[in-house]
Order: sequence, then C-alpha cells, then structure tokens
Amino acid sequence: MTAVDQKQLQEFKQQAEAWFAENTPREVDFMLPLTFMEVGTDQQFEFLRAWQNKVYEAGYLGAHWPKEFGGGGLDRAFQDVATKAMAAERTPIMLNAIGLNWTGPLLLDRGSEEEKKKYIKGILSAEEIWCQGFSEPDHGSDLGNAQTRAVREGDEYVINGSKIWTTQGNYADYMILLARTNPQAESKYKGLSFFLSPMKGQGIETVPIRKLTGEYGFTQTFFDNARIPASCLMGQEGEGWLIAMQTLEYERGARSGQAGGHVMMSADPADILELARHAQINGKPAIEDPAIREELVALMTEARALGLNSRRDKIQPLAQDRPMSLALGSKLASTDFYQRLNAFAIAMQGTRAAYYVGDPQAHDNGVWQRGYLNSFSATIGGGTSQIQRNIIGEHVLGLPKG
Amino acid sequence: MSALINAGLTPSIGLSEEQAQLIDIAQNFCRDKSPIDQVRKLLDDDTGFDPAVWHEIAELGWLGIGVPEEFGGIGLGLGELVPIVEQMGRHLMALPFVSTIVAAQAILHSGTSQQQQKYLPALASGTAASLALCEENADWDLENISCTASQTDQGLVLSGRKFLVTDAHQAELFIVSVRYDDKPALVIVPRAALAEGAMSREKIIDDTRRSYALDLNGVCVDADSLMEQAKAAETLAYIELASSLLLAAEMVGGAYNVIDYTLDYLKTRKQFGKLIGSYQSLKHTMVDAHMGYERARSHLYSAAYLFDQQGEGEVAVRMAKAEANEAFSFAADRAIQFHGGFGFTYDCDAQLYRRRAIWCSALHGDARYHRRKLADLML
Repeated sequence: MTAVDQKQLQEFKQQAEAWFAENTPREVDFMLPLTFMEVGTDQQFEFLRAWQNKVYEAGYLGAHWPKEFGGGGLDRAFQDVATKAMAAERTPIMLNAIGLNWTGPLLLDRGSEEEKKKYIKGILSAEEIWCQGFSEPDHGSDLGNAQTRAVREGDEYVINGSKIWTTQGNYADYMILLARTNPQAESKYKGLSFFLSPMKGQGIETVPIRKLTGEYGFTQTFFDNARIPASCLMGQEGEGWLIAMQTLEYERGARSGQAGGHVMMSADPADILELARHAQINGKPAIEDPAIREELVALMTEARALGLNSRRDKIQPLAQDRPMSLALGSKLASTDFYQRLNAFAIAMQGTRAAYYVGDPQAHDNGVWQRGYLNSFSATIGGGTSQIQRNIIGEHVLGLPKG
Repeated sequence: MSALINAGLTPSIGLSEEQAQLIDIAQNFCRDKSPIDQVRKLLDDDTGFDPAVWHEIAELGWLGIGVPEEFGGIGLGLGELVPIVEQMGRHLMALPFVSTIVAAQAILHSGTSQQQQKYLPALASGTAASLALCEENADWDLENISCTASQTDQGLVLSGRKFLVTDAHQAELFIVSVRYDDKPALVIVPRAALAEGAMSREKIIDDTRRSYALDLNGVCVDADSLMEQAKAAETLAYIELASSLLLAAEMVGGAYNVIDYTLDYLKTRKQFGKLIGSYQSLKHTMVDAHMGYERARSHLYSAAYLFDQQGEGEVAVRMAKAEANEAFSFAADRAIQFHGGFGFTYDCDAQLYRRRAIWCSALHGDARYHRRKLADLML
C-alpha cells in the first residue's frame, strides 16, 4: 500500500465534514428509509436517488474507485473518512446499495474492461439501480439449488423462473442473476452461471412483497421467456456459484472494495441512552433500574467489541490463530447484536412498548419497534444467522459438514 | 452502528513490536513447558509448579518487564505482559507470576523509595511475592478491610486473618491490606515475620492452583514496613485493575484452548454414525463460544493498549474482565457437556478449564460486578 498523504487526507476530511454538515437534508416531511431494504414509495426512491447523485458529484462516494471508470482515484482512506462523516452527520442512506457494495467491487475485481466501463459510473451516480437475484421462493438459504433456467439461443439467453427478496426490484435497471445453464452438470453448483441481466424488458415482471412491517421494499421477480443478450454472461458458463460466493463475501464483510457510503442507518448510543433517560419503567426513568443499567453496559461492551474486532483483524499477530474468523464472523455478530439492541430498547418502555410508528404515544415515533421488525432482514438475508454459524463452524473451526 | 461503537470512547487497540515478539516466544515456551501431562502431574504436587520453569522465566526477564530500569527491569507498561499471561492461561500454567508482577507494581505505586530499592530488584529477578487482600467478608471492594496494624514499641503489630493468598508457600514477601489509623493502608510483610503455622493451605476449586489463609495475629514487622498511606486507596484501585487485566489475559487464553480441546473431540467422536461436530446443536454452540472468545480477546488487547490511560484504561479493563469471565465460563461449561460421559470424568481436561474459570472470576470481580462499576462510569 502506498503511503497516504496525511495532510491531504486531513484536508479532505474537513471538507467532507463541512460538506455533509451543510448539505444534509434536515426537514424531510415524509419518513425516510433507515436501510436500503426499506425503499417502499416513489417519493422515497426519487429523493434518495437525487441524494446519492449529489454525494457522488461532490466526490464523496467511490472516492477510491478507479478514475477511468468514474471513481475518484484516491486511496481507500479518503472514502473511509467520507463514509465516517456521512454516518456521523446521520445523512440519508445511499440508495444503490447492491451496486455500490456488491456488484461494483465484484466488477472491479473480476469484470472485463468493457463491463467496468459500462456499469461502474451508473452505480456511483445512481443513474442505474442494481438488484440481486440469488434467492428463490423454494431455495432461500440453499442457494446452490437455484432452479431459474437460462438457455442459450443464438446471441441470447432465455430466462425462466422466479427470484424472491429482490431489494428495489421494481426500480432496478440491472440484476446480478444466478441461473442454471446446465441441469445435467456433475454437481448442482457447476450447473450455475452468473449474469448481469437487464431488468427492463419483455417477460420480466416484478411483484412487490409486503414486509412484516406492512411496508414495501422487496419484490418477487418473474422471468417468463425473458430474452437477454448473451453478452450479459459474466465469466464462463458454470462459474456462477464461484462468482456468487465471491459476491456474498462482499455482503458478509469478508472482502473489501465497497464504494463506501452508509446504506443502513442504525441506532446511535446517544439515542438509546436518551431513551433510557426518558423512558419510564415501574414509575422511574429506565436508566435508574439496576437490571437495565447492567444490560445497557453489556450492550455497549458488545458494540465496542464489534469495532475492536475489525481493527484487530488488521493486526496480523492478533488475527492469525484462526484465519478468516473475524471477517466471517462480522455479519453474524453485528446483525444479531443490532436485533437484540432494538428488542432491548422496546423492553425498557413499560406499557409504551405496545405502540408503533404513527402513534403520538410511541417513543421516538416507534423507531425501535420498526427497527426491531426490520432487523430480521439482516439476520435472515444474505445467509441466515444459522447458515452463518454453519459457515463459521465449518470454515473457521473446521467442524464437519452435517 | 459505528456511532454506538464509538460511544464515549474510541475503540483503540494496538500491538507494540515487543508484544508481537512476546506472543511467539511465550506461545512456544508455554506449550513446551506446560503440556497437559505436566499440568496433571503437578495437580498432586505440594507447590503446584515446577521451580525450574520459574527460574527460566526469571532468566527470560519477564518478571522485570514492568519494573523500571533503575531497579533492574525493562520499564515497559503492564500491557506488555498480556501476551505472556494469555499464553500461560492457554496452557493452564500455575506460577506465582501474576501475584509477583502485581506486588511489584504496587510497590512501584506507593512503596517508599527505600522499599522500592530493597524489593524491586529482587522481584524483577525471581523472588516471588503475593498479595493478602481478601477477608472473610468475601467482598470485591478492596477497601472493605477489618485486619488492622498499629505501631507499638516493638514495631508494627498486625491482627486479623486473610484468605485466598495465592502461592503463599512460595512468596518471600506479602503486600497486606490493613486498617491503620482507621484508614486503609498497605504493609509489606516478609515471609520471615510470619509465625509457624500462620499459613494454612485452602481447598480451592482450581486444582492447578495453590492458595493459603494467612493468620496475621501476632505478626510484628519493622515500623517502616508501611507503604505510603496517602496513596493506599489509589494503590488498591490500581491493584484491582492490574490484576483484572492479567486475569482477563489468563482467561482469554484458557478460553482458546478449551475451545480447541473440545473441537478436537467433536471432530473425532462419532455417534449415530456421524461425527458429533456435524450436529448443529453442537456446532452452533461452539460458534457462539468462539465468537464470545473473539470479543473477549479484542477487549483484552484494547485494555492492554489503554491500560496506562486515566479513565479510558479503567473502562477498557473492566469490559475485558467481564467479557473474559463470561467467554471462558461459557466455553468451559459447554466443553464438559459436549464431552458427554467422558466430560463427567476427572480424566477429561474440560473440568480443569471450568474450575480455572470459576477461580479467575471469583478474584477481583465477576461480570456483574464490573458491569455495575461500568454503569457508574458510563451512564
């Protein structure tokens, strides 16, 4: 790694902080999604698309991606400070998360020159929205069993089947699609191929899925003899599983290269401490209850460990006993933590725990209740926590497969 | 979430070059000197450790790491010792190492310059020492003291009984907490000042360890054996944090090896025609134990890094001790269970780790104790 000019970095940091302080939209008169998986209305979508575009144009997104494809061409450290500034200012989220965090790094790591030229800039500017087509209605955690078919006919592939949990599927221009090109392959994994498929075209239909919160944000996507150009195939036929697994490593935080920018707003400690101060339990502020105090400290200790783990992972002598442990464990640790944090926040509200978004009696307008319900998207999506435990048990601890 | 992680503190962690080297050296040393056969051989031994190993440790200079150069040490911070104690913990070593280190630090903290000159060079080069702090009240609050010291014509006369004095049989001197002028004070008591029969071995849960009760009644030491009383409370607080840091290191080490030991079994033991490690009820629980270990280890090295910093050091150490208590206890508890019938036998090593975890949690505060302290510091 080349040495970073600290003075330049410092200046960039100050500029970024000042820019976000000035440009972060404050008075938004509708509810903003807390995560990229909660974009349920056109109003939210258009607002967030414009915001991401503005951040990109200002140079605070993809600052470390190559300049020739639309990035800023700077060291990774620059994007890191910009992302931090964004989170600190609690700005609205970056909309095009699948593109920024998974498709983009995947293309930069193993895409062709042509693919990089074609797609990277649109990902950063939010002009082209990406979605992911891995899970199927009958094959959620068991991705390798995906049955959506892709059949080569001349210069095209004909796609049939259906994908589920397509985040922003109704808005997306492109999908990273895992489909079966060879049902007779020697193993189910080798029959899969990976496509950069257009979403707008005949035979592709999306149907919104209503989430447990009552909101929208995902679709089921149906392919009915949809024809896509053969050039949409990424790599070779049969490499689908390999490429999908690499994609999941970005998603699980085991590989870096993401464009930066925060795609999830999450609870701030100041918020949960504030809640503990004004929420009443047994007629007293929750923060005076010894059991609540102990639990709060336990959660703060755990939160701190998440940050320490990722820092320790970069200190080689402290991360070598079980290689990949900290990287592969981060998704499980953080999503599980966030869920318990929200559940705990609800539990300190006395009878008010019963209220939900929209009721004047709800603490913080029900953000904890809604956050808790939505937290399952992260403990189920991207490989459930149970699948994560299998992965860690087998790949880190070396336990036999079941 | 980043904001939550940063709550109040920067999650600092780092490793010095010295620490990085010590990890390797200590790893090899402890593995070679303390294989499980040796640990078991020492269970029935009166002293509970091998004097030759102690001698080698003194030769390696480990006892002087935290002692300033003017007293024959190296003059580094206490955090530098964490990699050593962690590796000792992995291999269930039982030596008067932690007690000697902490005793030296206490003398450095509030010993008179005469006491420092007299004792520190010896402690840095192999003289073992211990601390006599606990009393019948079982309180983790080190200022809750009923033993007393008073000046007489003969010198300083002590009274009362102390408990859980580790490795007392080996210690040449003791740091004893007493009330003096009705305020907490620390006294240095040489072994020679104890009456015959003043030490009685205690039956403790950790079979690898040796612990003694100390009868102070009738003990008379030189009048200048009192450490600086104005700093006594501060020194007791320091002793609690220094001991907690090193106990956390020992427990994090223990957690690693008990997980490793259990994994070996889960990868070889078959039931119903399958390796038992393939069953998710065991596999997932092992992952939870492992994740707890990783959290505790991150907190440990953060605490080692921040130890000398006012305020931040205390928060980091208490978090590390609380996390280590829980991670080690959980891992060792499940280790017994997952060994099935074999786990219920004395031959299974899981019990050795579980006993060690209880012992280490009992000293200087369990997880709840430290969380309550943290609540007062943070909320």
